[in-house]
Amino acid sequence: MANTQSMCTSFLGEVLTATHNFGTAPIRAASTADTFKAALYLASATVNASTTVYSSTGEVTGTNYTAGGVTVTNATAPLSSNTSATAGTGYWTPSASLTYTNVTLTTAFDAVLIYNSTQSNKAVSVHTFGSQTVTAGTFTLTMPSNTTSTALLRLATT
Amino acid sequence: MGTIFTTKGDMEESLLEKKEGFVDNDNEYTTWVEYWHEGELVHRSVHVTLKKMPTFAGAEAASFG
Repeated sequence: MANTQSMCTSFLGEVLTATHNFGTAPIRAASTADTFKAALYLASATVNASTTVYSSTGEVTGTNYTAGGVTVTNATAPLSSNTSATAGTGYWTPSASLTYTNVTLTTAFDAVLIYNSTQSNKAVSVHTFGSQTVTAGTFTLTMPSNTTSTALLRLATT
Repeated sequence: MGTIFTTKGDMEESLLEKKEGFVDNDNEYTTWVEYWHEGELVHRSVHVTLKKMPTFAGAEAASFG
């Protein structure tokens, strides 16, 4: 046998469930998953890695679109998987498409912000796509496959 | 032919001109459908399938010595 330096892959999945807390806050009393939401942003907006919290600035507006966006369906817990003795991935993907029904969004938008509405609307991730408008129609974002290489959120050791 | 929800209320699809298109690249597969009535866009729906995250962060445990 030999020892191999690595961040443990199980830790990556546990980061996604807030099992570990190296700091002092927040204190988590609930054992249930947080509620995550998905808001759409105009192509002229600036949401990126520096975004820390949901904001209505630059968010789309229009008929039947509610500020803050829609709730993310989260029926599948985060997973983790080893790819070698030194590498692994923790990953998570919403369990259903994000759907904005019968909306009219006439100003071009090209990004969705996933954020945690349970934890003071703290930002999780930004995902971009080709610029779109919707007229009296439905905008659907179908999620990628929930695998180590395509999941929407992936934390990986290299 | 069915009924399409439009800016003018529900309309018979047979009365509308339909246009469709798609985008396929490394990041997404997107389809869209438009319905036009007398030169006016009255319905546009979009379906985006995200293929993968465009960026991928790595992490590693530090070694001693």
